[in-house]
Amino acid sequence: MVSFEMDDEQKMVQETVASFAADLMEPAMRESDEKGEVPGEVIAKGWELGLLGGCIPEEYEGFGEQLSALTGVIALEELGWGDLSMAMHLMAPSVLAISVLDQGTEEQKKQYLPAFCREEYKAASSALVEPYYNFCPSAMRAVAERDGDEYVINGKKCLVPLAKESDHMLVFAATNPGMGFSGVDAFIVPVGTKGVEIGDREKNMGIKALSTYPVNFKDCRVPLVCRLGEESGCDFLRLLSRSRLALAALAVGMSRRALEHSRDYATQRIAFGEPIGSRQAIAFMIAEMAIEVDATRLLVWEAAWRCDKNMDFEKEAALAKNYAADMAMMVCDRGVQIMGGHGYIRDNPVELWFRNARGFATFEGMVMV
Amino acid sequence: MTIDFELSPRIKATKNMIHMFAESAIRPIARHYDENEHEKPWDLLNMVQKFMGGGMAGAFGSESKEEKEEGGEAKEKKPRETNLAGAVTIEEIFWGDAGIALSFPGPGLGGAAVQASGTPEQKEKFLARFSGDKPVWGAMAITEPEAGSDTANIKTTAVLDGDEWVLNGEKIFVTSGKSALEDSEGFVVVWATVDRSAGRAGIKPFIVEHGTPGMQITKIEDKMGIRCSDTVSISFMDCRIPKENILGSPEVVDKTKTEGFKKVMATFDATRPLVAAMAIGVGRAALDFIKETLKEEGVELRYGINPHRMTSLERDIMQMEADLKAARLLTWRAVWMLDNGLRNDLQASMAKAKAGLAVTRITQKAVELMGPLGYSREYLLEKWMRDSKINDIFEGTGQIQLLITARRILGFTREQLK
Repeated sequence: MVSFEMDDEQKMVQETVASFAADLMEPAMRESDEKGEVPGEVIAKGWELGLLGGCIPEEYEGFGEQLSALTGVIALEELGWGDLSMAMHLMAPSVLAISVLDQGTEEQKKQYLPAFCREEYKAASSALVEPYYNFCPSAMRAVAERDGDEYVINGKKCLVPLAKESDHMLVFAATNPGMGFSGVDAFIVPVGTKGVEIGDREKNMGIKALSTYPVNFKDCRVPLVCRLGEESGCDFLRLLSRSRLALAALAVGMSRRALEHSRDYATQRIAFGEPIGSRQAIAFMIAEMAIEVDATRLLVWEAAWRCDKNMDFEKEAALAKNYAADMAMMVCDRGVQIMGGHGYIRDNPVELWFRNARGFATFEGMVMV
Repeated sequence: MTIDFELSPRIKATKNMIHMFAESAIRPIARHYDENEHEKPWDLLNMVQKFMGGGMAGAFGSESKEEKEEGGEAKEKKPRETNLAGAVTIEEIFWGDAGIALSFPGPGLGGAAVQASGTPEQKEKFLARFSGDKPVWGAMAITEPEAGSDTANIKTTAVLDGDEWVLNGEKIFVTSGKSALEDSEGFVVVWATVDRSAGRAGIKPFIVEHGTPGMQITKIEDKMGIRCSDTVSISFMDCRIPKENILGSPEVVDKTKTEGFKKVMATFDATRPLVAAMAIGVGRAALDFIKETLKEEGVELRYGINPHRMTSLERDIMQMEADLKAARLLTWRAVWMLDNGLRNDLQASMAKAKAGLAVTRITQKAVELMGPLGYSREYLLEKWMRDSKINDIFEGTGQIQLLITARRILGFTREQLK
């Protein structure tokens, strides 16, 4: 029966994460962006919320009952509201953890999951995006070739979060090039493996506080046990789609924050003797922003709900993610426009959201629900 | 409660049944009643009345009979789905054809106003007729030549003379006005001012029966789309109606307050999402047509690849699909709130704004994408483009919806944000 009401657990998660975002993330946002550094104490406190450990069952030392994409997107919207860099740093380990939880073998679960259930933050990385203008996850250039009991990975990756800070990264590469999504596999690669060359930290337009790296794989050999799902491999499109849901949820949260900022500014800023929001040119922009933020959230919820119900959700997740990327750019662009010149000044947060927003069109596989 | 997008078995069954009906009984005659504008599909309308009686009326905004009989405070807790069922049903019927769907008999907006603010006697007297054997229509007359969405500017007057109200003025764009007043024994709810100096507080709705002397249909409009549905002008010249035909209180209690006006306007919180559902039905028809055509041509849509690798066609279609789905979800949220007794004026306007604009664009894009197949009257796509434009206009234009949305988001009154 159709309902738009969260269950009690989801309400609690939302409330907890929302107050964390307001109390700790948002106040640190500007300084963190300028310094290019995520504040360690915010990550430590964020980890205490147990968002990842709460997805992992007790048998792997976690404290969750069931992995829920819906609960995940609700939490990520709030994190995105707080700050995108911090949210992506905090949740970067989710890609490896949730991929293993969703599609790893029993041995892989036992080996990798407990590390994410401890009190202290555990970094983990993922390498999916490649440094080509026409990069597409269904036509990956990085390849992993089978050689006896090993796979040999070759290729270039970029936007690899926390590559240097992590012990492991989940590397996506084509085992069957030309087979589209179904020809891609994931490998749990120890960062120190020979052939893994991590370059200097990237300089991006947005998410400046999140450390991301280019990574080259040159004849990087990993044993079969490092292949996610081992002999049976993994459903890459499903993992990609779970990641798209997470990114779309972050976009909804950040856009909602930009909308709230624009709303407040439009009611307070006086021009020609009245608040600028009293003019339809401004008011209509804000109305459209509000409609699109809500519309995107519902698209994300529906796709996440389908995922939790074990229905096909890949198409819905792709539509939601693309929609969210465009929506975030539209909303954050207007956030700058509504403030006029003030929006362009770094004293104000909207330019930061504007820079972050365009990233959603490019980001893939950097967080997961 | 938990977030859920699965329709209940009851609604699913209804949806399937209505879809089959739309496909087999409405679609095949859609073109005829577009090309022959002022004809009515009487066989179909009689059948609709016979098989669905007041049931279809329930789908159009007012409560179903079953609901009314249950009534009572005790049952209040039971989850209601009346409005959701209405939205789902409407989407299916309008998928069949918007013009024919709009011509279906039933209480319409006039009946919805009686349902919302009528006394028990008024409801009994005016609503019973819709469940009879013969098709009957209700209509609502608000718009005037110089007052569209600006309802406070209404110039039609109502003056009390003994036991009667005397109405004078001219109304335009009355949907199903001819059906209600000439083709059946229906009525029209007319909005008139009892005190022009009182502004919105002086505007009251009055029920005028068919055949009342002094009321005359002066024009039947020729339209771009939804041609099966009649739209008329009505003039009132010393039109006398019984004193008890006013809806709500005749008192202009406080000229600074507009509570009564707001109450009737609240009718729109229920009907706006349903208008959004109408739009969605037409948009889905267009999208279905495109997808079937492409399938026949062996064109596969590659979901999930990066957008900059898609063809322009794929990108357009996926945008249309996401927009349509977003509009439907906003609509479902608005009706779900109504079913659960939550204030939904903001969400209702958001849904209507999104759906009206999205579907106008979807159908226009669809005609473009289908090339000569889109432009040809051999197919229904061009008709859907003409039909859907009304959804961004009636029951408050897209701009009015944005205005309402913006006022709520910004916390501005109508004086602060005009």
